[in-house]
Formats: sequence, C-alpha cells, structure tokens
Amino acid sequence: MLSRLFSALVPGLGLFLALAAAPLQAQDADAPIQMLLQEHGEIIQKSSRRTIQPAIDALRDSDLPAAKLVLEKWAAREMWVDEATGLFVYAEEVDRDTLRIFDFADAGAIAEVPDEGYDQLKPNSGIRALIGSALVKFQLSDPDPAARLAALTALERNGNESHLPVLRAAIEDEPDAAIRARKERIERLLTISYGETPADRIAAMEGFRGDLGVDARAKLNPILTTKTEIFAGEIPATRNIARTLRPGTDDLSRMAAYQMLVEDGKAPAMLSEAALLSAMQDNLADGAVGGVPVGQLSDPAARMRAYLALAEAGTVPPIPTEPEIDAALAAHSFAEVYAEPEPSVTSAARDVLKSIELQVGLNQFFDLSLDALSLASIYFLAAIGLAITFGVMGVINMAHGEFIMMGAYTGYVVQQVIPNYTVSIIVAIPLAFAVTFAAGVAMERLVIRWLYSRPLETLLATFGISIALQQIAKNVFGTQARPLTSPGWLDGAWVMNDVVSISYIRIAIFVLALIFLGFFLFLMKKTRLGLETRAVTQNPRMAASMGINPDRVNMLTFGLGSGIAGIAGVAIGLYAKVTSELGSDYIVQSFMTVVVGGVGNIWGTLLGATMIGFLQKGIEWFNPSNTLAAQTYMIVFIIIFIQFRPRGIIALKGRAAGD
Amino acid sequence: MSRPFILRNPSILVFLAALAAFTLGVTLMSEAFGSGAISTSFVKTLGKTLCLCLVALAMDLVWGYCGILSLGHFAFFGLGGYMVGMWLMYARTEIIVAEAMANAPIPPTDQEVVDAIGTQIFGVVGSSDFPMIWYFASSLPAQLALVVLVPGLLALVFGWLAFRSRVTGVYLSILTQAMTLALSLYLFQNESGLRGNNGLSGLQNLPGVTAGQATVSIWFLWASAAALALGYVLCAWVVSGKFGSVVRGIRDDEARVRFLGYSVEGYKLFIFTLTAVIAAIAGALYYPQAGIINPGEVAPIASIYLAVWVAIGGRGRLYGAVIGAAFVSIVSTWFTGGLVPSVPLGFYTIDWVDWWLVLLGLSFVLVTLFAPKGIGGLVDLVAGRIAPDRHGADYGPDKGSKRQGEGRG
Repeated sequence: MLSRLFSALVPGLGLFLALAAAPLQAQDADAPIQMLLQEHGEIIQKSSRRTIQPAIDALRDSDLPAAKLVLEKWAAREMWVDEATGLFVYAEEVDRDTLRIFDFADAGAIAEVPDEGYDQLKPNSGIRALIGSALVKFQLSDPDPAARLAALTALERNGNESHLPVLRAAIEDEPDAAIRARKERIERLLTISYGETPADRIAAMEGFRGDLGVDARAKLNPILTTKTEIFAGEIPATRNIARTLRPGTDDLSRMAAYQMLVEDGKAPAMLSEAALLSAMQDNLADGAVGGVPVGQLSDPAARMRAYLALAEAGTVPPIPTEPEIDAALAAHSFAEVYAEPEPSVTSAARDVLKSIELQVGLNQFFDLSLDALSLASIYFLAAIGLAITFGVMGVINMAHGEFIMMGAYTGYVVQQVIPNYTVSIIVAIPLAFAVTFAAGVAMERLVIRWLYSRPLETLLATFGISIALQQIAKNVFGTQARPLTSPGWLDGAWVMNDVVSISYIRIAIFVLALIFLGFFLFLMKKTRLGLETRAVTQNPRMAASMGINPDRVNMLTFGLGSGIAGIAGVAIGLYAKVTSELGSDYIVQSFMTVVVGGVGNIWGTLLGATMIGFLQKGIEWFNPSNTLAAQTYMIVFIIIFIQFRPRGIIALKGRAAGD
Repeated sequence: MSRPFILRNPSILVFLAALAAFTLGVTLMSEAFGSGAISTSFVKTLGKTLCLCLVALAMDLVWGYCGILSLGHFAFFGLGGYMVGMWLMYARTEIIVAEAMANAPIPPTDQEVVDAIGTQIFGVVGSSDFPMIWYFASSLPAQLALVVLVPGLLALVFGWLAFRSRVTGVYLSILTQAMTLALSLYLFQNESGLRGNNGLSGLQNLPGVTAGQATVSIWFLWASAAALALGYVLCAWVVSGKFGSVVRGIRDDEARVRFLGYSVEGYKLFIFTLTAVIAAIAGALYYPQAGIINPGEVAPIASIYLAVWVAIGGRGRLYGAVIGAAFVSIVSTWFTGGLVPSVPLGFYTIDWVDWWLVLLGLSFVLVTLFAPKGIGGLVDLVAGRIAPDRHGADYGPDKGSKRQGEGRG
C-alpha cells in the first residue's frame, strides 16, 4: 500500500526532471524501475535470447512492485523505448501513428505522442518464454486464484530449475487448500528433476509410489532414458550403465552392432545393395564391370564377382571380411547408458515406476472392463428387441436393424422441431417407440403372419423390407450422417483418475439397458400379455382354445419388440452417427448375441452380450489400432463357440425348446 | 430308370440350346466378331450376368435342393475372384516392371524385380513386401488351383463344423452370414495382404494378351457360357437319380432321411463344398470382366441378394435360378443405369436410380408371399404341371422344405 502511495507521488517530482526532447509531460527517469531498466537497457534493446537472461533475472529478483508490469508489457509487445532518451515506457496505439504512453513506475499516462520517436520492443517467442517463466514468481502469489492456477498449469508444462525456490516460497502462504495441494505436488515433481541432492530427488520419487498421474510418469520416464553407446575397450566404471549388450545376442545382433561401429566411423562400411548397384553403374565400361559382362549381372553371384574384381583393382572400397568384423566387434564394448549419471536415482526411479506400472495395469484392466461393459450394454440394447421377436416368438426379423435406424431418425427429426436437447430426447423416446411399434405391427399384419411356420421365407421377406426401408431412409435423409446431439448433462466423462474414465453417455446406455432388462422380465413374468405371449409361443392351438387370441398377441408382442428397437435406436444414435446403415451395422451382432446367449432366454441374451462385449474389447486390447481385426476374430470365436454349445449359453430344455 | 440321363431331363437340352443361341447371337452382334450392335461394355455385362447365373445355380443347388439357406456363397464367389485376381495383378505388374527396368544399365536381379513388383502393388497400403499368401501369385496354374482349393477348403471346414453340431435352419443361415461378415471385415484390413479396401484392380487387362478389350470380352463371354453349361449339366446330374432324391429328402425331412440310414452330414457337406467350388469358379470368371474386386463385394448383403435372385427365379428348379439371376441383374442394370424414365407425381418425382432398391425389396416380399414358384412357375403354366392339393400342408416338416405352393420337384 505504502509503495503505491509513494509511486503516486513520483510523477510530480518527474515534472522537474523533464528533458528537452521529452513530450509535454515528463516521465520519471530516476524511478527505481527505470534505473534498473536503464542498467540493462543495452541487452534489452538487443533482444537476443542468448544474452537476455541477466536482464530478466534482475527484473524478477528486484522486488520492485513495477517489475511484474514491465515483464507483462514486455511479453505482450507493448514496451517501447524513447529513441532520444533511451527511457522505457509502455504504450497503447491510439491510431496508426499515435501512441498513448504510460510510465512503468506508477502506471500513469504520460501523453499522446507520435510514434516516430519510439521503438517497439518485439521479443521473439524464445524470449517471451523466458519472460513467462520469470512471471511465474509473481503469478504464484497473485491474489486471484485463477491466475495462480494458470501459473501452476504453465509450471506443469515447462517448469524448470529456477522455479523450484519460487514455488517453495509460494506454498506457505497459499490460502486455498486445493491449490496448495497442487503446488506441493508440482514442487515434488520438480524436485524429481531438479532436486539439489540425489537424496532429495529419491525422497520426492518415493512419494509417487503407485501414483496414477500422467505427470509423475512423465517426470520419471526421462530419468530412465538410455542411449546405446560404443566404448573402445572396456566400459568405464564411472558411467551409469543400464545394461551391457553383447553383439550376436537377441538384444543386439551382430550386424546391428557392426552397423553402429560403421555409423560412428569406427569401422569400414559393409556392402549394401544400393552401394553394390551404384558401384556396378559407376564402373560400367565396354559392356562389362570388373571383367564380368553386363548380361550376366542379373545374377547376384556374378555381381559379387564383379565387385570383388573392382575391389582388387582398388576402384571400390573392399568389403570387410568376417574376421575383420569380429575383430572390430571384439575391440569395442556396447552398453545402454542412462542419461542420468547418478545410479541411486535411476534405480529408485525404476523401482517407483515399477510400482506405478502395476497400479496403472490394474486400473487399465478396470478401465477396459468398463469399456467392455458399455459395449456389452450397447449390444444388449440392440439385441433386446430381437430377444422378444426372435427369442420368444421365433420370428427372424432381418429388418430389426432398420427399426433401430428408424428410432434414431425419429430422434433426429424431433431434434429438428424441438431445439432443447433434454426435452427433445424425452419426447423422442416415446415417439420412437410409437413409430417403430406401428411399423412392427404393420409388418406383422402384412407379411410375417403369413409365414409363421416358414422361418427361411420370413428371413428373406423381412430382408426385402430391410433393403426397401434402408433405401427409403437414404432417399429421404440423404447418405451423409445426421447428428443426434445428446443433452449437455450427458456430455463429458466421469473421470476417476488419469487412467479410468467413462463417458456419461455410456453410463446412460448402461442404465437404459438395465431398465429394459427389468421391463422385459416384468412384462414376461408378471403381466397378462407376457403370460399370453408365452402360451401362444409354446402352443398356439392350445392357447387359442383357452380363449387367447393368438393373432392379437403375436401382433402386440411383435410390435413391442420393434418398439424397444426404436428406443434402442435413440440411445445408439446418441452414441454413434445416424446413417441409413446404422441398423445393418448391428444386425449380425444382434443375432449373434441372441444365438450365443441361447434363444428364448433373456438372461442368455444378457450373458451373450456381456461375452461378446468383453471378448471384443479383450481382443482389441491385444491390437488396439485394429478394431476390424477384433470383430473378425470375435465372429470366428463365436462360430467355434457354437460348435460346443449349439443352443447357446443357456439352452432351453424340455418342451419349451420347441423340438 | 434305363433311359439316358439327357432324356430324363429334357430341360437340359432346351437350356443348352438357348444358351448356345444366346452366345452365338451376342458374338455375331459384338464389335469384335460381328456387326457391332452390342457395345463391348454391354458384352461384359452379359458375360458377368452369365457368371451370376452360375453362382445362382450353385445357390439353388444348396438352398433349393438341399434346404440349406447359405448366406455365404457370395463370399466363395469373391474368394475365387481374389485368387485369380492375385495372378492377374502380379503378372501384369511384372510386365510393366520388366519394361521399366529394361533400360537400366545393369540388368536387375530376380529379387530386385520382385521388390519392384511389391512396391507397385502394395505401395497403396504403405508396404512393399509380399505377404505369404502371394507365394503362388507368379504361377497361373497354382492360382487357378487355389481358386478351387481355398473356397473349397473353407467350405469344407466350415460345413464340417456346422453340420456335425447339427446347426440347421435359420441358425445355419445366421452362422454363414457371420462367416461372410468375418471374411469381409478381414479383407478390409490392410494387414490381410490383399490391399485392404483398395482391393485388386486392373484385372480386365490379361497379361501377355495383345488383343483389344472387345475381343477379350467375347472370350470371357464364351468361357462364362461354357462354365454355365458345364455347371448346369453337373448340377442336373447331381440332383437326378438316387443321390438327388436323398438330397431333396434332407431338405424336406432331415430326421427321416437320417433314420433311413443315410449320412445326412456327408451329403450336406458334399453339396455345400461342391456349390462353394462352383461359386468360386463363377467368381474367377466374373472379376476379370468386372476389372476390380474389393472387400465390399464380399459383404453379407451380396449373399442375401443371391438368395433373392434364386427366390425370384424359383427355387428348386435349376433353370429358375438362371432365369432369376439373369432377370434381376439385367433389370437392375436397366434401372440403375438411369434408362428408365422418372415418374413425376406432381409433388415428388420418383427417380428410379434412387427408388429401384425399394422396388426390388418390395417385389421380393410380394414374390415370397404370393408367388413362391417365382418366375420359373410360368413354365408350369405352359407345361400344364399342376401342384398336387396337399390341403395346405408343406412337403416336409423341415424349415427349408418346399411349400405346397411351390409344386413338385
């Protein structure tokens, strides 16, 4: 406070010290900050990254209140220098030719001047980075928490040795517990790299045992970087050796070791294919190379003969012989050497990293399981409608995928009408059910009921409907993908730590799958319709004689299965892009899910979906870049699985099995 | 039973005569050997259609006669195409590379030639090494043998696994569809060694042949016609006699045939593998005419279309399959080629390029529902054959058995 009061008084003094060439209102040339700037004026104006450091250090360590302002303005390219007096000011451009200049000492406006007499300082990005890192000191104790957090983020990205004392000093006075914890963590991270003694560094590392943060691994891994080096004779004991390599083992093949010697200039080069060819081309004379006619040179042995002849004559370098190679290798030692010279640090880092890797492995497994679970719930969602129409009724509906697609497009259309995403999803779900229910009932009435005892014909007829529906969707909505946007509260992910996270949309799909499972069980076991459905499926004639109308029950059940497909379509549309091929992407997997699980049993479908989901994620884990391969192997696995359990995981027994 | 095979099946003679007349007619109207009334590209379309007829024949044998609704036969068709395509691509690239290297001052070694071919072929997928599966690509006889062996072995292994565990009906259909999906997904990867989704291209150029495309297209038309004729006779021979009766018995009532002491699995496996081989040969003739093959051709939907052709033509009669495939693919070319005038409805104009698939899908539903005999059923009207009145009962209890409406056979 006092210093601010003081600096407010300074311009008054400055008036008397105004120089002849100075603008109307003078600036204070003797203010401490200006003195400091003048002291380093030459290198500041030179603006070279290699020489600037003393000036920045002086400003940073000056304890002057204006130092922060100078650094900020300098980095923002708003610092100007008066060409005549060499005094530094900061300025904003009023228009193209006019500057409004301010005094650093009190941040007060001095005057509006034409810009001819002033030079703008344009620090390059290297210097700006140096300034930025000097500014960290001021930002770390900034009253604004947001500024402190920004400084910490900058430190995380490129903190260096000079920040360590500054950061340590800033920890004590930190009022905010969360920011303080973060400061302490960054302090330990920086200590790992820049601690004064190896003991300090090892102590800092120990604190990260089992830590899942990416930052800890990013600090520890560079300590363990190695470089393969060649030593003439024995390996000196002073070096921190990761491991010695013997040429001719799996770690370092003989040729690779020799190649390293060649690259180091310690041995003559081997003959490469390209060198051989260019030697042939360069020494082609009178239709022969080294006495071997060109016509024969398509034979590798003849080429070698020609080369040896040339080497004999001294026109090309000789090929090193096997004994020469052996001698060269024997004269040298090969080792992977740590960049870090202190062995105790590297062994501690290795030890800590090992514990971290175990933790990371466990967490990755957990994360993979979550992924698999969410994939399983998507398959389950896609298959649950089929579990009703195919599993319970035994109707093969190849257009099931198109019902999913219709549901997704219904969601898209609703979003065009209702802009609020939350409301539109709430409206879209029942509407999608209604649309696909109607489509399902229509299809059952018009086509399927004539083919109940003819499953193969049903397959083909519904396939005809499927291609027609797909093409209609293409004609109406076009071939490009349509977005179905999820509400804001479903965006983002539930992040447990740096390894484990799952997006909310996947959680929502999982919950939806559970709801459907419960609904299905309730419907089949507890309601009149479920009872009638089971009766009609098991024995339509008997059911009819009990007063059940099989036509009506079949129609409703089929509609229900289709309606659920529609709702699944809305959910899948949120997760994937809506295209006319959306359904056909899922249809084979859905049938597989039902067949693998065991037809006619919802728990089987659940198990089938879980198995397929986990299997696919498991295979993807082996080869993460190739999801196509994962699908291929999964299908192959299913084909083999069906060999051993042709009726699925849970097979119906007795009369319910239908044969 | 003492009458000769041909006399017991007069339809064979009719079919062969029609096929010969068709081939002769196309030849006489072609640009290479005749008046030029038919363009070379249309000759190719006709040649390809003959190949599709052949694969439809195979489908009819396995589905219409044996009751196995295989949704994987187009995968065998594609595999055959890939096998012959590998040789075509290799041999043609070899000629190009040899020409390019002929001017080099130092004659290239064999290894250099192979490396250059590899770079040419696999550069598009960022590789230059030949995968193991191209080991035989330089040899035409070996690749031609693979046309039969690879799909045949795949069908044999898959069929053996499926039939021995008594997977039947729709489950078998879904399983074959899964196999097709797995195969096409596998081929879509660059790691498959068959150039991923780029597929094999430039197959229309026969290496070492100087004759123009007009001539080559007629050669392929003849080859396709010959293959179709041989395939037809072979299929007719297989389904006639005692063997054919057993196969039809399996279609209508598998359990009863098994109880009579026949090895149902053996019969099914034979038919499944034989048809896979026929499909592969059809594919090997088709893709040099198409010029390009990619994994999209093998996708499950293609195999379903195959079933569509057979159903529209009339399953369970060999000429039905041929008629169906020819009819649907010619009409499809006609519609998708933009040759059919659009229908203006005032508020909307039906453009058949867009709406053809809708029409096909719906007409397929209608055929399944109302005309199970398909187009082939028209022959019965002429021949005066009337289906026996079974009072609504189908031929057998099995899922693939013939319906009452489908008549005898």
